[in-house]
Amino acid sequence: MVPSSKLAPPISEADVTVPTPVPPEPVPLEVNQDGPSMRARELSAWYNVTRKAIEHVSLEVPAHRITAIIGPSGCGKSTFIRCLNRMHEVIRGARAEGHVELNGEDIYSAQVDPVRVRRVVGMVFQKPNPFPMMTIFENVVAGLRLEGGYSRASLEEVAERVVARVALFDEVKDVWKRGASSSLSGGQQQRLCIARTLAVEPAVVLMDEPCSALDPIATYRIEELMVQLKQDYTIAIVTHNMQQASRVSDYTAFMLAEEDRIGRLVECGPTSKIFTNPSERRTEDYITGRFG
Amino acid sequence: MPNGSPPASPMHGPRTTFHRELERLQDEVLVLGSMVEKATLRAVDALRERDIAAAHVIESEDVLVNRKRFEIEEAALLLIATQQPMASDLRRLAAIVHIVTDLERMGDYAAGIAHICIQIADEPLIKPLIDIPRMADIAASMLRRALDAFIARDVAAAEAIAHEDDDVDALYQQVYRELLMLMLTNPRTIDQATHLLWVAHNLERVADRVQNICERVVFVATGRMQEFSRGAIS
Repeated sequence: MVPSSKLAPPISEADVTVPTPVPPEPVPLEVNQDGPSMRARELSAWYNVTRKAIEHVSLEVPAHRITAIIGPSGCGKSTFIRCLNRMHEVIRGARAEGHVELNGEDIYSAQVDPVRVRRVVGMVFQKPNPFPMMTIFENVVAGLRLEGGYSRASLEEVAERVVARVALFDEVKDVWKRGASSSLSGGQQQRLCIARTLAVEPAVVLMDEPCSALDPIATYRIEELMVQLKQDYTIAIVTHNMQQASRVSDYTAFMLAEEDRIGRLVECGPTSKIFTNPSERRTEDYITGRFG
Repeated sequence: MPNGSPPASPMHGPRTTFHRELERLQDEVLVLGSMVEKATLRAVDALRERDIAAAHVIESEDVLVNRKRFEIEEAALLLIATQQPMASDLRRLAAIVHIVTDLERMGDYAAGIAHICIQIADEPLIKPLIDIPRMADIAASMLRRALDAFIARDVAAAEAIAHEDDDVDALYQQVYRELLMLMLTNPRTIDQATHLLWVAHNLERVADRVQNICERVVFVATGRMQEFSRGAIS
């Protein structure tokens, strides 16, 4: 360096909550549209009498935020998310213990109808699963048709709104009432499945590896959609893809099953912290690829 | 660093290739640091010994420092782009990019001292050089140990090294006063005294940039951004 031409100045320069008894009163499951939030408290789940999948998981899913659940295969993250809308118990022999609250009300209360829970807490699955024999339109309104009571006009209004909401309408508007859903690309099929979930007006949308079967561009579209949807919905996503979790989520929870193969929550916090400076050694080792 | 302990050994995990490349980059930072340390000490030696040939070599070799800095920076950016590092790995790569920038500037300071050596080659020294070599020795030692602390993620060592900048600052003030006195008493020394003041200033800046490296050590180890510059040290 050529010395500077002038002299410089001399010196420059998760809370884990304790389980409480569930009140026995009927639970209406009214959704607070201002902020549907979920909370799992001391949640454990089994696949049969002996096979325990997760243990004492306590986790908040804050309203209008995206909460990502990450962890290696077999850590129980999909089991956990399926407990959030009582889909886990659909498996023969499976059961769950503990509490899962939606806006403070326990969805596992005896008075709560699981079918209604699954409407309010919708689920998008790993593989796009449109009904192949139905048109795009029929796929979207399938849930509403099951409920009954909707006129053709109202079904069309809902379908058009949610298909537009998932940014699919412009791509299918010319064929959506006659074209088979199987004619769509994988990414379009997944957006169709999200539209089908939104059609029944859930408050919370659970996504179980929603992009693992999609190419990168379709994945980015879904991720962008998630970010837009959180304005109106509360979202929890299970993903193997840590980059995806870091891109889209506001909060990240890390689950891990150790030698006993029972999944437990290791750490949960703001995504910005989990992926830059996690508190737990095991989280650090997992996200930096030192195991998993 | 979570729980205050280093991460699991990376060389048996699923990202061995990535972690091996990260280790290689750290080694390259040490090589660059060594180049800069030697250039600093040799530049001051050349000034003291009036070794113009050595000064020319030091000045011309600055291009090697610059080249290695860019190589490391490019490799670090490539790793970030292709490997999506997380947590302490990401902090380490970000720190490497910062540190090589500081090292490259330190190399410029050494080249600047060599250039001054050439500029004042025709005149006898207006005073024997005592404090300036001491500044160089301290700054070079700080640099070497700061890079060791970086490799070891040694926060305590980084904090201690950062404090040593006070010693270099004190020597700079001493050189400043001494040269000012010379200039006041003998105006014919002004030109060379000003050049020597630049030398001392460059060395003082080297120590300041070592403080930056110490800040990066704390960041890598803890995720905390902590300033060590004057006024920030408690």
